[in-house]
Amino acid sequence: MAITLSEAAAIRVKSFLANRGKGVGLRLAVKTSGCSGLAYVLEFADAIAADDVVFKDQDVTIIVDAKSLVYLDGTQLDYGKEGLNEGFKFNNPNVKDTCGCGESFTV
Amino acid sequence: MALLQISEPGRSAAPHQHSLAAGIDLGTTNSLVASVRSGKADTLADADGRHLLPSVVHYGADGGVLVGEAAMALQVSDPLNTISSVKRLMGRGLADIGAAGARLPYEFRGDLGAVPRLQTAAGPVTAVEVSAQILRSLKLRAEAALGGELRGVVITVPAYFDDAQRQATKDAARLAGLQVYRLLNEPTAAAVAYGLDHAAEGVYAVYDLGGGTFDISILRLHHGVFEVLATAGDSALGGDDFDHAIATWIQEQAAIAAPDRAQLRRLLQVARAAKEALSTVEQTAIILRDVGLDWRGTLSRSQLNSLVDPLLQKTLQPCRRALRDAGIDPAQIRDVVMVGGSTRMPRVREKVGEFFQRPPLVDIDPDRVVALGAAVQADVLAGNKPDAEMLLLDVIPLSLGIETMGGLVEKVIPRNTTIPVARAQEFTTFKDGQTAMAIHVVQGERELVTDVRSLARFELQGIPPMVAGAARIRVTFQVDADGLLSVSAREESRGVQASIQIKPSYGLTDDEVARMLTDSMTHAREDVGARLLREQQVAAEQALAALDSALREDGSALLSDAERGEIEQQMALLTRLRQGADGDAIKREMLRLEELTREFAARRMDAGIQKALQGRKLDEFSKK
Repeated sequence: MAITLSEAAAIRVKSFLANRGKGVGLRLAVKTSGCSGLAYVLEFADAIAADDVVFKDQDVTIIVDAKSLVYLDGTQLDYGKEGLNEGFKFNNPNVKDTCGCGESFTV
Repeated sequence: MALLQISEPGRSAAPHQHSLAAGIDLGTTNSLVASVRSGKADTLADADGRHLLPSVVHYGADGGVLVGEAAMALQVSDPLNTISSVKRLMGRGLADIGAAGARLPYEFRGDLGAVPRLQTAAGPVTAVEVSAQILRSLKLRAEAALGGELRGVVITVPAYFDDAQRQATKDAARLAGLQVYRLLNEPTAAAVAYGLDHAAEGVYAVYDLGGGTFDISILRLHHGVFEVLATAGDSALGGDDFDHAIATWIQEQAAIAAPDRAQLRRLLQVARAAKEALSTVEQTAIILRDVGLDWRGTLSRSQLNSLVDPLLQKTLQPCRRALRDAGIDPAQIRDVVMVGGSTRMPRVREKVGEFFQRPPLVDIDPDRVVALGAAVQADVLAGNKPDAEMLLLDVIPLSLGIETMGGLVEKVIPRNTTIPVARAQEFTTFKDGQTAMAIHVVQGERELVTDVRSLARFELQGIPPMVAGAARIRVTFQVDADGLLSVSAREESRGVQASIQIKPSYGLTDDEVARMLTDSMTHAREDVGARLLREQQVAAEQALAALDSALREDGSALLSDAERGEIEQQMALLTRLRQGADGDAIKREMLRLEELTREFAARRMDAGIQKALQGRKLDEFSKK
């Protein structure tokens, strides 16, 4: 399995990384919190740590720490619009339930 | 599924705790809102994809308020109730607007307190209230685009705005339900958008040619602080004047003797289109049709240049004046930032480049650059950046002081002092046995009280009688991070004191703001309504998700096909309503869904208990 990007997400990530002008890639992770267990983390990465797993998709370096990968494996990061709002979406096959707003989830 | 943005390393927010911040360019003709998402500042568009919100508000007789394009559409048919360019009235008293007011097509009422009100079909409104409508509209747009409530905003104001005008802007924000992190000078915001705050120290010029106003600001970057060395401008010169010059030319060419209103409007439209076209091509066709006109011609860029050159010359005079005031040579300017839609014209860039002896900065959309800079600053102030120490400081635009004997101004805090700041100065009595002292707080650079702006007056009483010059009265000026002032006076021997929060003569007193806040209950209702709807939508979503998994688990075992069909039908209805804006309907149908599923829930509970009890003896339970 792996972590992948949709085409729309890849275009956005590349443009945001270029705009920021520094960093080694995009970090995906999960952390415990939120109303339903786990929450996603989506950050610029300035360094790759020893226990990180690195994926490459459409020229984007995706960095996931080994612990988060358990919950994220197989995820496709997508980019979409809902009304005026736009942003990234995790299409995560491991998720069983999300909280009402979808900001946190359980596996 | 919530939509996420990319954060700086270690700055991911916990769910529901995003620090959403925005920058607002509250302009004379147009306003914009921008925000930093995934590290990139961008202006936010409305549902129709438009970024610029015309700063126009229409008040209907039924109490309805329209903002932006919808209001602008009514400008011709209902001019008295359609308020535009309200920024020119911010923080102004009737005396200030006397001259300008005569030119404005509104009815003023000065009989309702210190603040002049515009008479509209919906009753009298203040400039602050009109601005609040514009801000509220931008707030709603930002919250829809960012998917949450705004924590705070940075609003830009012209560098020459005095305390009363700044206070009025803050009042408007408060009325719109916005928390203001900071007011930022427009030229400073433009410089920030270009990242000049990270650039080399030195002097920068910001050339801002908007639709109806021209401003030139000379800024000096020193230790990460932009100080305003000088500002100058022309409050009645802008792109609209270019359109008029071109329209007049077309009128002459087409030999239209006395155009009527509709024809004039058409002439201006065509002129504007030609001007915009000539930014990219060398020559453009001009076609006048309908409204009783029929003429064809062409306008070349060189012809256009000769039409606008006299107007451009008029912008260079203030540039010269600003440089002279700042004591700066054009050659000392490091960079020139271009702001305002009119700076898209190649001729403007050319002339400005010639004047300052370097090509101006034009990479960022000049209509949006101020809002983008404000967004960058708001993002830092909201704590979304790791290098939060990169806080941009601001300076006092005009000196603050008090009136002394003979109508002279004694400056206590000189202009360009970085804020926040507190300064004290000692004064004394003028007459033997003087027991009270009137303190008159003023702002401005001139020496005589009659030439500066009066901000507030208060009295210190209970000074012990002494010979003239013996009393020591310490006057302290304090300016907070927003550039707002409080002044206190203290008699040193007995310790009596008096103080005032600047309620500038033309600003609003707390009582007035309080009244306006109560007045705006209609909007509170809207705000509450929006919140309730959001809550209902979330609750419905939760209920649907829970029911969905329950049905998957036990649906086939515990429900007949008919029962299940009924529940699923209701779920489909609720799913559809959840997308809509009718909170009451969501609530109603949710209750109905609850009723429909009560039996199912009871059966699930029974089944659960049975499962738990199965194969156990009664005494196993009674022991406990």
